[in-house]
Amino acid sequence: MSKEKKHIRTPLTREQARELKAGDNVLITGTMYTARDAAHKKMVEALDRGEKLPFDPAGQVIYYVGPSPTKPGKAIGSAGPTTSYRMDAYAPRMIEAGSCGMLGKGEMGKGVVEAMKKHGAVYFATVGGAAALIARSIKKAEVIAYEDLGAEAVRKMEVENFPAIVAQDAHGGNLYVEGTKKYSKE
Amino acid sequence: MREISTDKIIKTVAELCMSANFELGDDVKAALKAAYEKETSPVGRGILEQITENAEIARAESVPMCQDTGYAVLFVEIGQDVKITGGNLREAINEGVRRGYKDGYLRKSILGDPLKRVNTKDNTPALIHFDIVDGDKLKIIIAPKGGGAENMSEVRMLKPSDGAEGVKNFVVERVRKSGGNPCPPVVVGVGIGGTFEGSAILAKKALLRQLGSHHPDPFYAAMEDELLERINKIGSGPQGLGGNTTALGVLIETGPCHIASLPAAVNMQCHAARHKSAVL
Repeated sequence: MSKEKKHIRTPLTREQARELKAGDNVLITGTMYTARDAAHKKMVEALDRGEKLPFDPAGQVIYYVGPSPTKPGKAIGSAGPTTSYRMDAYAPRMIEAGSCGMLGKGEMGKGVVEAMKKHGAVYFATVGGAAALIARSIKKAEVIAYEDLGAEAVRKMEVENFPAIVAQDAHGGNLYVEGTKKYSKE
Repeated sequence: MREISTDKIIKTVAELCMSANFELGDDVKAALKAAYEKETSPVGRGILEQITENAEIARAESVPMCQDTGYAVLFVEIGQDVKITGGNLREAINEGVRRGYKDGYLRKSILGDPLKRVNTKDNTPALIHFDIVDGDKLKIIIAPKGGGAENMSEVRMLKPSDGAEGVKNFVVERVRKSGGNPCPPVVVGVGIGGTFEGSAILAKKALLRQLGSHHPDPFYAAMEDELLERINKIGSGPQGLGGNTTALGVLIETGPCHIASLPAAVNMQCHAARHKSAVL
């Protein structure tokens, strides 16, 4: 596991996504789109109808977050990750549509890993509950779709040095499994 | 009868909603510090550092420590010599939640219906547990509960023959299966006894206790220590990414139960273990 922090820029290419390995510490700079349960449901329904998504997913990292309301003078409210397994049903479709990464917390399922391997995508974890700290690396955020969903609306974000760890990679590497095994005393 | 006005209740509840979300308890901060000293995983240590720094930012800037500012769960103890004036107590508590979540820029996470899933947009209704007690005071405890950890909770109707070992294995396996989902390091609330719903309420009440406190019965106090040790041997650690700090504490509450039953409940709590109280 490398202790050095890798600086990466988003959007990613499929090749860049494949180069990242479980355990890599990264600082992400660039664009991200936010979506969680309700927005994913709407987006996958749009794909089912053959419609376009509210943003071009090519190479984009999708951050599973529903931020708290923005205080005056701030770019965003507290904005830590939500639990990713709830997006297991939707993530493979988003990867197939072009997305190269997901950002959340907690392990993602087998179907997602298969799509990551097949198309080239990576899953980043960031610290759940470190929402006020994480918000400092989000420089801009604007709602671009599904405003009626409130905290669950789709936002376009500009981030700088956003701290994350590659938790599951495009080669089957899985820090949840490997990390637990390494520190187990059972 | 001692009179307490709904205006005072509204103001108190609103303030508690905000302070609970902005200020992490000293007991949790101390537990995080102690965990950091013992954590051997570099990734785990980095995560514990971020959690501690996050708590400092939240308090200094009056912003929520977590964007999931939770379901407003309240435990309200009404002294039987108290008379509420100016309106309805339940409505006053909900108005306090409404104001606290608005004025504190807290997230509104409550849906009016579980399957139709439309947000009520003001984080009401609160989930309120009322109790009648002696005296002329009104005690209000708020424990905002995030969805991620709540989703990893479980009630299990064990058989009496499963005994203490059965309960312990259930708790450890529940934590293991939760992995990184409930935002570890977690606090594990355990309810043993009661009925189906009674065990769940005991587990929830356990989470209101200070970390480091013990069950008054030495038998259960020893079980709390043993469970914490077993859970921290799992290895899943901070955020489930590996380490020695999977839980900061295990808190057990117990109650009487039926001769046929051994209900047990595990209420998972993330490291943002929020609860504040006021006595009027």
